[in-house]
Amino acid sequence: MRPIIEIRNLKKNFGNFTALNNINLLMYEKEVVVIVGPSGSGKSTLIRCINFLEKPTEGEIFLEEYPIQDGPNLPEIRADIGMVFQNFNLFPHMTVLKNVAQPPIRVRQMGQSESEKRAKLLLEKVGLQDHIHKYPEQLSGGQQQRVAIARAMAMKPRVLLFDEPTSALDPEMVGEVLDVMQQLAVEGVSMMVVTHEMGFARRVADRVIFMEEGSIIEDNTPENFFDNPTNERIKEFQQAVLNH
Amino acid sequence: MNIFETFFNIPVLIDSFPMLMRGLGITITLGALSIVLGLILGLIFALIRTYGPRSLRWFACGYIDIFRSIPILVLLVIIYYALPFVGIRLSAFAASVVTLSLVSSAYTAEIFRSGIEAIPKGQVEASLALGYRFFPALIDIILPQAIKIVIPPLTSNCINVVKDTALASVVAMPDLLKQATQAQALAANPSPLIGAAIIYLVILLPLVHLVSRLERYLNVSQKK
Repeated sequence: MRPIIEIRNLKKNFGNFTALNNINLLMYEKEVVVIVGPSGSGKSTLIRCINFLEKPTEGEIFLEEYPIQDGPNLPEIRADIGMVFQNFNLFPHMTVLKNVAQPPIRVRQMGQSESEKRAKLLLEKVGLQDHIHKYPEQLSGGQQQRVAIARAMAMKPRVLLFDEPTSALDPEMVGEVLDVMQQLAVEGVSMMVVTHEMGFARRVADRVIFMEEGSIIEDNTPENFFDNPTNERIKEFQQAVLNH
Repeated sequence: MNIFETFFNIPVLIDSFPMLMRGLGITITLGALSIVLGLILGLIFALIRTYGPRSLRWFACGYIDIFRSIPILVLLVIIYYALPFVGIRLSAFAASVVTLSLVSSAYTAEIFRSGIEAIPKGQVEASLALGYRFFPALIDIILPQAIKIVIPPLTSNCINVVKDTALASVVAMPDLLKQATQAQALAANPSPLIGAAIIYLVILLPLVHLVSRLERYLNVSQKK
């Protein structure tokens, strides 16, 4: 297996607050890495550092052999890293089809008809073929998030990042989004997912990472993580999450 | 003489009508040109002020503040009567267009900036995450949304520019107001002035109405 993301000694401070403290992480191609942990533990900051939406204070991050850093090549590297946000962040002035088809045209210089053809296929894959001419505001949250996944996939990313993709959804819509994500995982898409969905972590993850106070406390298989938690804090966290 | 003969003297109005129409043509040309130049300059200054390097941002701030503070009439008089002393001699028309464009661009810049700043941060993050560079993101994502937000205040500003064209009569520009005052002098009757006022209203009232409709339609008035 080839490493796809490598994080070395990553630190991130916001003023005096240490959000990430010496993170080291190796993620391999086709892996599904799920990051869990209490709020404020730095999960989102970590995933946002990977595509440089947050600028690391110290340390290095690589996409394959390419360093992810400020500079003229940053847009190209970002285009290779798909990102799905908690609040979808679809473009409200574009139709669903255009949301998915326009970025490859503009960023990858793909032809319009080719890009639209691919966008339609991707939207069909996430079950939205009947909504391609609607605007995002006409869709439910779950549908919007599936469009966002299709939009990220349209760039043919090397790896897909999810920042709490179901946290802004009504409970009945969580399943449809997780199903799409599971389908991508089965197809071998490399994914790093910050989530509170423990069922998803157990079913889909190859590795579960537990973070607390800016550090990685545990990095384990889902079986070990859920069935034989060694760390007292992980047990507490699981109790809290499962009993809520 | 009763009030109708004084202010609504039909024969005088009919006689002065061709003059008023010529003036209206100049008012509209002056207004339209100043609006277009003001929009272009305003957008450029809004972008510099929002995204430019620090020194340019300062320059843009100063430009915007100065031209929002200075009375238009003062600026016009300076450009038309003072600049010739340093060898810059502008026609009445050019001086009027320059004045109106400079002032309009300062207001337009602030309007565009407020629109750009009203776009949720997530939109910019999404475009960055997709690999967009600055100008493509501006064209595909930022400006379409910002412009939609600022259409009502931009239209308001356009109304102001058209109204302010009347100041050009001070530098002997034969615009609608100047023609009306000349017609008034010729006929020794103020009816042409009333005629001019009615023409201003006929042009601008629909625009004022349009602004409130746009505000309601775009639902901006409630959000702000």
